[in-house]
Amino acid sequence: MTVTVIIRKDTYRDSVILMRLSNKIAELDGVLQAGVVMGTPTNKEFLKALNLLTEDARKASPNDLVIALDTQDEKSMAHALSEVERLLITRVSKDETKIVPKTLDSALRGMPDANLVIISVPGTYAKREASKVLRKGLNVFIFSSNVSLEDELELKQLALEKGLLVMGPDCGTAIINNIVLGFGNVVNQGNIGLVAAAGTGLQQVSTLIHNEGFGISQAIGTGGNDLSKTVGGIMMIEGIKRLEQDDETKVIVLISKPPNQEVSETVLKIAHQSSKPVIVNFLGGDIENIESQGLTAAKTLEDAATTACALVQGKQAIKNIFTASKDKILSIAQSEWDRLASNQNFVRGLYTGGTLSYEALILMTPLLEEIFSNSPLKPHLKLEDSTLSKNHTCVDMGAEEFVIGRPHPMIDYTLRNQRIIKEGNDPGTAVILLDVVLGYGSHDNPAAELISPIQEVKANAERNGTYLSVVASIVGTSLDPQEFHKQYKLLEDVGVIIMPSNAQAARMAALIATRGVIQDKLFEEVF
Amino acid sequence: MTEKEKLFNKELKVINIGIEMFADDLEKQNVDVIHVDWRPPAGGDIDILKFLEKLEGS
Repeated sequence: MTVTVIIRKDTYRDSVILMRLSNKIAELDGVLQAGVVMGTPTNKEFLKALNLLTEDARKASPNDLVIALDTQDEKSMAHALSEVERLLITRVSKDETKIVPKTLDSALRGMPDANLVIISVPGTYAKREASKVLRKGLNVFIFSSNVSLEDELELKQLALEKGLLVMGPDCGTAIINNIVLGFGNVVNQGNIGLVAAAGTGLQQVSTLIHNEGFGISQAIGTGGNDLSKTVGGIMMIEGIKRLEQDDETKVIVLISKPPNQEVSETVLKIAHQSSKPVIVNFLGGDIENIESQGLTAAKTLEDAATTACALVQGKQAIKNIFTASKDKILSIAQSEWDRLASNQNFVRGLYTGGTLSYEALILMTPLLEEIFSNSPLKPHLKLEDSTLSKNHTCVDMGAEEFVIGRPHPMIDYTLRNQRIIKEGNDPGTAVILLDVVLGYGSHDNPAAELISPIQEVKANAERNGTYLSVVASIVGTSLDPQEFHKQYKLLEDVGVIIMPSNAQAARMAALIATRGVIQDKLFEEVF
Repeated sequence: MTEKEKLFNKELKVINIGIEMFADDLEKQNVDVIHVDWRPPAGGDIDILKFLEKLEGS
């Protein structure tokens, strides 16, 4: 084993570039561990976990690039170091012909009519940068996370004073004027406006609306903490007001995990005053309370999309448990469960989208009773170790614990693929349940990444004389860079049961794992 | 609402501070975007940064 740590003083690269680079280096022959990171406290913790936090690395500043490698021998080290150099140089020379400003002020000199700033710097610096932007009178989309609730409140109050929008902090996605910001899908322009405090929730609803042949006027992300007691739903309320004034928007959809009770009431009151139909999907929230305000409640993300498409045509919404007929669904499910061995009883949900994982828990819990998770519905169902499943399990692999020093699982499929193999080889697993999120920001060919582990676990099961069911939903459209139909075909060809939405995928997984025992309960589900 | 405050139904003009991939994705959508070569201020020293912020009154 050979450990080398090199510090490059005052050399800054963003986290996505460095995580991709680290991954490429870690895949080289003879490389045992690789960490190419900025010297921030969080990154030092990451290096410590890899046993690469040397004294030099400990002293590095957040402005210093730390190249820390552990290799089998000197030869592998030399090769890995030269690859790091090559990849760093490739990145720097990309923009050689462009003059790249170093500050907001100099960028504004180059673009005096700028109307939006995207901020994705480390959380420690995000408030400072966002305050500057707001004082310049510009709207801001803050992707950065780890900003305190107090700082978020201050930024949003400043934005209100100035008549500006703050999307975030921790805002993964938005669609403004048909342009995707952050991680999001390419959808038709239309008359349905969204305000969402849940990133993959916004993605699921916007793609389903597109796939039904309708479109989005604006999709405003607020960041997941907007509906907390401290922040008070400032941007969801502002979003409703903006959509109310927007002539293109005919129907408004609100999406969130359950908000703080008081905040929820304030938001619902404002929504009630809207002259446009408002559909509210507060996942797991109190439906009666929403409807008592004269608003339309949607139980699932799919219901929110379907209802919006109906209301925009002035029609009554028809809510379905499944798009296909009951007979068709039962026939697909039975052909899966007939091949399972008697000890294969559990659903293992492996999610990249936090909201999608949460929705699966909400929908499967009444059917399967207890589901363990790293972010469970009840405290006693929290997994002791998030890397080890227990009975029915649903894991949000985009949670903080999985992404320290690594790219998000929507970008990098390594961890989830390893987990698919682990769950597939567990004799208790009946169904592996997956989300496949397309769009800007996500992996450029996710299905191609997934087919190899899926083929492997299915082949292993066959060798053992059993079967393994894999159920998935694809969050995407035919306009996404990854192309929905191409992704669909790749997964279908390796025997994945692909459902039209996350809600239907979760229900199908529960149906298969229980051999249809829950079908009466499932098909009588009350909306 | 001034022209800058308005965001809906007009051409987006974006400044990107941080992850360069977001600027690349906007370029692919034919959006006018300027990427800022951002570095942690005050050499990344949080204490100096807090002191500077006090001076700036931000």
